[in-house]
Amino acid sequence: MITELGHFSLILATLVAVVQMVIPMVGAQKRWTGWMAVAEPAAVLQFLLTAFAFGALMHAFIVSDFSVKLVVENSHSLKPMLYKISGTWGNHEGSMLLWVLIVTLFGACAAWFGGNLPPSLRARVLSVQAAIAVAFFAFILFTSNPFLRMAVPPFDGQDLNPLLQDPGLAFHPPFLYLGYVGLSMSYSFAVAALIEGRVDAAWARWVRPWTLAAWIFLTIGIGLGSWWAYYELGWGGFWFWDPVENASFMPWLLAAALLHSAIVVEKREALKSWTILLAILAFGFSLIGTFIVRSGLLTSVHAFANDPERGVFILILLAAFTGGGLMLFALRAGAMEAKGLFAMVSRESALVANNILLAVGCFVVFTGTLWPMVAEMAFDRKLSVGPPFFEMAFTPFMVLIGLILPVGALMPWKRARLGRAVHALRYVFLLALALAVLAWAVQTGRSALGPVGLFLGAWVVGGALLDLWVRAGRTPGRLPRLPRADWGRVVAHAGLGITIFAISGLMAWQQEDIRVAHTGESFDVGGYTLSLERVEQGRGPNYFTTRGIVHLSDGSGEIAVLEPEKRVYPVAGMPTTEAAIDYRLLRDVYVVIGDAQADGGWVMRTYIKPFANWIWGGVLMMGLGGLLSLTDRRFRVAAGARAGAKAVPAE
Amino acid sequence: MKRVLTLIAVLVALAAPAFAVQPDEVLADPALEARAREISKGLRCLVCRNESIDESNADLARDLRVLLRERLVAGDSDAAAVDYIVDRYGEYVLLKPTAGGANWLLWAAGPLMLILAGGIGLFYLRGRARASEPEAGLSADERERLKRILED
Repeated sequence: MITELGHFSLILATLVAVVQMVIPMVGAQKRWTGWMAVAEPAAVLQFLLTAFAFGALMHAFIVSDFSVKLVVENSHSLKPMLYKISGTWGNHEGSMLLWVLIVTLFGACAAWFGGNLPPSLRARVLSVQAAIAVAFFAFILFTSNPFLRMAVPPFDGQDLNPLLQDPGLAFHPPFLYLGYVGLSMSYSFAVAALIEGRVDAAWARWVRPWTLAAWIFLTIGIGLGSWWAYYELGWGGFWFWDPVENASFMPWLLAAALLHSAIVVEKREALKSWTILLAILAFGFSLIGTFIVRSGLLTSVHAFANDPERGVFILILLAAFTGGGLMLFALRAGAMEAKGLFAMVSRESALVANNILLAVGCFVVFTGTLWPMVAEMAFDRKLSVGPPFFEMAFTPFMVLIGLILPVGALMPWKRARLGRAVHALRYVFLLALALAVLAWAVQTGRSALGPVGLFLGAWVVGGALLDLWVRAGRTPGRLPRLPRADWGRVVAHAGLGITIFAISGLMAWQQEDIRVAHTGESFDVGGYTLSLERVEQGRGPNYFTTRGIVHLSDGSGEIAVLEPEKRVYPVAGMPTTEAAIDYRLLRDVYVVIGDAQADGGWVMRTYIKPFANWIWGGVLMMGLGGLLSLTDRRFRVAAGARAGAKAVPAE
Repeated sequence: MKRVLTLIAVLVALAAPAFAVQPDEVLADPALEARAREISKGLRCLVCRNESIDESNADLARDLRVLLRERLVAGDSDAAAVDYIVDRYGEYVLLKPTAGGANWLLWAAGPLMLILAGGIGLFYLRGRARASEPEAGLSADERERLKRILED
């Protein structure tokens, strides 16, 4: 019954979305306030109806209603509650419903918090947002309906893919979707501005919080996914340049570029048409990501709906929204007139450089991701483009960004002197260089990766701290009074530096050991002693497990007892590895147990991974920096500006 | 209880994946083994999705790892060993595509785009530095309001 109500509510939401797509747009064109005002209640209603539909689906998962086809295919009565809930979006249909729920959520947020937008802009934004929702509602209802029933309900379900039964992954998709879909707001604003024919500082100020929020969610979502890969997949890899990872990375790069270019629009009224173009492209890449995951066009570990019919539907959506947006851009971009003037060397030009590097980096990832398909269709060559290509072709752009960042952040608007910024950074440069030389001297191998990464990381972090110091007028007392936007910028930039350092440090200085270990025997890896005490069999709620008990000690005594596991999920028929990790500040010890050997020993893999935590620490700092910036006073002040439009502010 | 445990052991053994690089595959000579590891990171496991043979648990990946090590032990150089495998399995096996044929476009895409974008960027910046300040597009009222917002 609840399931049918959910289904019905989803159809109602679709109809509301259609109304919201048409009426406010017409109203804005004709200047009919009544028609424009339809948008807000419709957006809220649409969200509530979709939320009800999503809740109904989740209810079916929680009570294990095996008369619903989707529940049968993706759940099992013995599954822990957390994964019953996360199973709602751990499949194609449910994840699409979550996707559209977030589209409507952002629409509702624009209705709630958009009180200070000019009415016509607000009506148009909500109308474009509803158009996106309509497309995805249609996609769900016509090709991927989650509410279908079984004619003959089975006793139990087929279980969720055990790799997905993990807390990290339970929350990875919602964050990622919040990010992807958050970019739909930037898109709606861009299209509305094109229709309106006007982009100014105020527009940029309205767009920035949405882009910032989307970027924060994407950052956290990507970070969670990579952390999950690190501890779950069994060899401590954290990034694979898989098509689906790239699909989330490309919008992230463009959203980062958009954030920075919107600053230029806001502060200097320049780069307007480029910012609009970026907003359209960023959402376009989100759609491409969806397409890649769901069409099965590119092979990937993530692809979970390899259905050509759905692929074609999404391709049409992609063509309509991106193509339509770009067409509108081509027609109207001429109306965007830049105002701000600035010299060749200025903060503006540094931000232009940032945008060029991020966008070209995104282009490289895009080319590499699609190249196997292009090569096969155009040149009849079946080839692969894997991590070695991306590492070589993409990394230089990140190195350049890292080099420019501290200099650019110190330059003032309008006109800057390069020598002055560089001079201010001289100690940071020397410090970074000294650290790199030290690392070069201490390390045993001859790889330049570690020292270079350390140099770049220290340069960016040091530059961020100097930025803060200069901003506070080199007076400690002023630090707490700096606007949060300044703090946010510095924290996010420092986070980037830490991540750059951690990635290169981990790749350069990781140690690995593979051997057959016998119980009671101990062995040394990179200054640590490990001994396998015993191996035991056991069972969890929905799996069987083989668990090794490993004692880890260094020169001073025992540090930890690690319990690496190998699990088999009989219902899904899949094995997984559960690595045991001793997390420490400077390094992780990562232990995996493998197969039993004929002589009674067990395959054991041990990795010493230096600075592994720093990768996610840096990512977290980037997200935190974004959050600080998002809570900056001027965004809240702008939200209250409608009230202030008539009364004179007391401040 | 014992029967249950036996059953579990059988189930575990049946479904257990063969892990990436096994101890019995590792070559005695550490230098040779290091070369083998480095090369296998660039070779694709053909039946997997985007995994190198160094990471993959599939049987085919194991076969390729063993084959690669045999070639290295036989005295092949790195390039010769990779060529040997590409001859038999096609260029699909290479995770880092060659620059031959139309692939130059793939490798040149980034640098070319950077030059193009850099050129457009420079052109734009020069235009910004030279243009004269146009009239502000905001009405006096809006300017006033914006100023107040900015001042807060």
